Amino acid sequence: MTDQTAFVDIRHAQKSYGALEVLKDISLTVEQGQIVAIIGPSGSGKSTLLRAINDLDALTGGEIWLDGVQVNKSLPHRQYEKHINEMRQQIGMVFQHFNLFPHLTVRENVTMAPTLLKGLSKDAAEQLAREQLDHVGMLDRIDYYPSQLSGGQKQRVAIARALAMKPKLMLFDEATSALDPELVDEVNQVMKKLAEDQMTMIIVTHEMDFAAAVCDRVLFMDQGVVVEEGPPEVVFRNPTQQRTKEFLRKHLAGAK
Amino acid sequence: MGLDFSIVPKYMDIILLGCAWTLGITVAAALLSFVGGIVFAVIALYAPWIIRQPFRLVEWVFMGTPLLLQLFLIYFGLVQIGIDLPAFVAGIIGLGLHFAVYNSELIQTAILAVDKGQMEAARTLGLSRGQALRKVVIPQAVRDVIPPIGNNMIALLKDSALVSVIGVSELTLSAQRIIGKTYRPFEFYVLAAAFYYVINLGMEWVQRRIERRISLSR
Ligand SMILES: Nc1ncnc2c1ncn2[C@@H]1O[C@H](COP(=O)(O)OP(=O)(O)OP(=O)(O)O)[C@@H](O)[C@H]1O
Ligand SMILES: [Mg+2]
Repeated sequence: MTDQTAFVDIRHAQKSYGALEVLKDISLTVEQGQIVAIIGPSGSGKSTLLRAINDLDALTGGEIWLDGVQVNKSLPHRQYEKHINEMRQQIGMVFQHFNLFPHLTVRENVTMAPTLLKGLSKDAAEQLAREQLDHVGMLDRIDYYPSQLSGGQKQRVAIARALAMKPKLMLFDEATSALDPELVDEVNQVMKKLAEDQMTMIIVTHEMDFAAAVCDRVLFMDQGVVVEEGPPEVVFRNPTQQRTKEFLRKHLAGAK
Repeated sequence: MGLDFSIVPKYMDIILLGCAWTLGITVAAALLSFVGGIVFAVIALYAPWIIRQPFRLVEWVFMGTPLLLQLFLIYFGLVQIGIDLPAFVAGIIGLGLHFAVYNSELIQTAILAVDKGQMEAARTLGLSRGQALRKVVIPQAVRDVIPPIGNNMIALLKDSALVSVIGVSELTLSAQRIIGKTYRPFEFYVLAAAFYYVINLGMEWVQRRIERRISLSR
């Protein structure tokens, strides 16, 4: 059956750790160029859902599709490894704690995967690194090691590293949560720039203002289910669900 | 008969030759123990059961028996099954594998201690597990154990004197042979000790340089 799939199509995602059901039948579609924010209390399953999209945490049920190809399709082990490595090249991911490679320079962080996986020449890799680092305003730090960068700078390099694989989709798991408040904005600016470039993005965030400003849709999750979803002006201004209201009351009051 | 260092220069060439052997064997065995340590660590952590189990036995032999015995076994024992190694090669293999097992223990611990986020970030970019280990995890693990591996290498230098028992004319055996002729044990053992000390200093210098080079990359 080849029904039309959305660009990102999550169908009945289900995930359990033993008896603990972390994701309960979640479905979500994202069109190309759309930006979706996922908000919700701690432990609601936001990271688990995001990490299921590139199969960092395998689902126990349901399907993930990207651009017409099933990410988590069932294949014999070896074939699956090959398949998932190819899929992951198309899905960029940015972590709360950056996870830059500390033993490599900024340049090498950006060029390592494309060189290894796409066989770029040294010149092409250099050009790619310059292009991507320029895009996030980090070109002047190309020869630095991660230990020599601030948190905001690290995160911008991590974004450049992901973009260097030319992904179709970018996933952000609380990209600014570990940053000092004064460093949050430089990372948000880069993400805004990606939004302007029409990058498809799924963003887990605690920053309601940012979500409201850049996202096309907001998803509120609680206890493994999507409680409410819609355009930010609706979810933030006129939520229909009691749980959403409570969550927002706490967060909007606490934030400002 | 008192101490007389004036006869030392006469035998300096023999001592220096012994020094060269000690240095050569130590460097070669150190490299083998380093590469072997990484390979052993990867086998111990990631190889399938069928390879891992027999490997455990080999590991136990190298850790649980005297190095002296291992050298005898490699040099004299292997001849019986048709493997006739030159003494210095047997010495390098024995020392190298012996210390590879110790290095492997260090590297295994370090691999397991590398932040899980590193493997995840690498896999997220599309690297296979093997590629992620090779490019991301193992380099960091090795970097983290340079100081204790350095200590092992100093121990290796000292244990290199054991290869004298299979007839390699390294520093200790050279000194002994000179003493056999001159009956001047104090002078020549002190001289040999001084040369061990110099080599030791050299190794520490190399280690410091490596550490300085990698200090930014943590
Ligand atoms: N490896 C695991 N084993 C067992 N339980 C897990 C595991 N990983 C996550 N969980 C549980 O799954 C639930 C959802 O976790 P998840 O990290 O997705 O939440 P989250 O919404 O991202 O929370 P936060 O806002 O704190 O990041 C939590 O109850 C968590 O304890
Ligand atoms: Mg989370």
